[in-house]
Amino acid sequence: MAEFSVVHGLVGGVLVGFAAALLFLGKGRIAGLSGIFGGIVHRRDVKWRLVFLFGLAAGGLAARMFMPAAFGAPVETSTPVILLAGLLVGYGTTVGNGCTSGHGVCGISRFSVRSLVATGTFIATGALTLVVLRAVGGGV
Amino acid sequence: MRSVTAFVSGFIFSLGLAIGGMLEPARVVGFLDFFGTWDPTLAFVMIGALAVNTVAYRLTIRRMRPLFAERFALPERTSLDPKLLVGSALFGIGWSLSGYCPGPALTNLVTGTSVALLFAGAMAVGALLGQWPRERVRGP
Repeated sequence: MAEFSVVHGLVGGVLVGFAAALLFLGKGRIAGLSGIFGGIVHRRDVKWRLVFLFGLAAGGLAARMFMPAAFGAPVETSTPVILLAGLLVGYGTTVGNGCTSGHGVCGISRFSVRSLVATGTFIATGALTLVVLRAVGGGV
Repeated sequence: MRSVTAFVSGFIFSLGLAIGGMLEPARVVGFLDFFGTWDPTLAFVMIGALAVNTVAYRLTIRRMRPLFAERFALPERTSLDPKLLVGSALFGIGWSLSGYCPGPALTNLVTGTSVALLFAGAMAVGALLGQWPRERVRGP
């Protein structure tokens, strides 16, 4: 993992913001990945969501080809932990109605108080989880 | 043009994640590691995304409707209900355990690794389970 780069972060973020802006202007939809995925799982307005995910995959393949180092190693490889984490992410974002893109980017862009609170909450519990893991010994 | 919009948005979105370092779980977890070795990259991704999307949203919402859809699909809830808080809290834990939120997790599927597949599968199960706190719209 390379040292953090302000420029990479900002450029990447601008692209994400642009993608979200394009989806909203073009299709009137929120670029919240948990909602896009959840909508497919619950079979609601599947078509545009699938098209978006195909685009996401295509971009992923392009990244794999031209900047494979972008895909970092997992921090966790134990199957039970991966499954637990996936369950928590899927369940939590569905119940909480959003994730880092839905609440963090799109919601905060609208100055939504719900999204500000949601974002603060998941960052807080995320940080707390690390503190607890370290205290218990070993950590990630 | 209509179908292309969602595809292009997804494509740019995942490229943004890649360039922004958000496909590196260690870097993402590093952002949450406030009391350890902090990696601020995610903050810069958010700043870049919000800089673009805050302005774009203000401009777009002046329109009567999106370019290629009937209406804007915006969330309607405004209250800070327990579901928002509990869901977000749980999401944050899963995110911190793995370094994956839905966007990077789905993009990561192009690598075809078992971690990617297991996580996405668990995320789908979690999303399905997430409907239980909701009122049933349809009968069994």
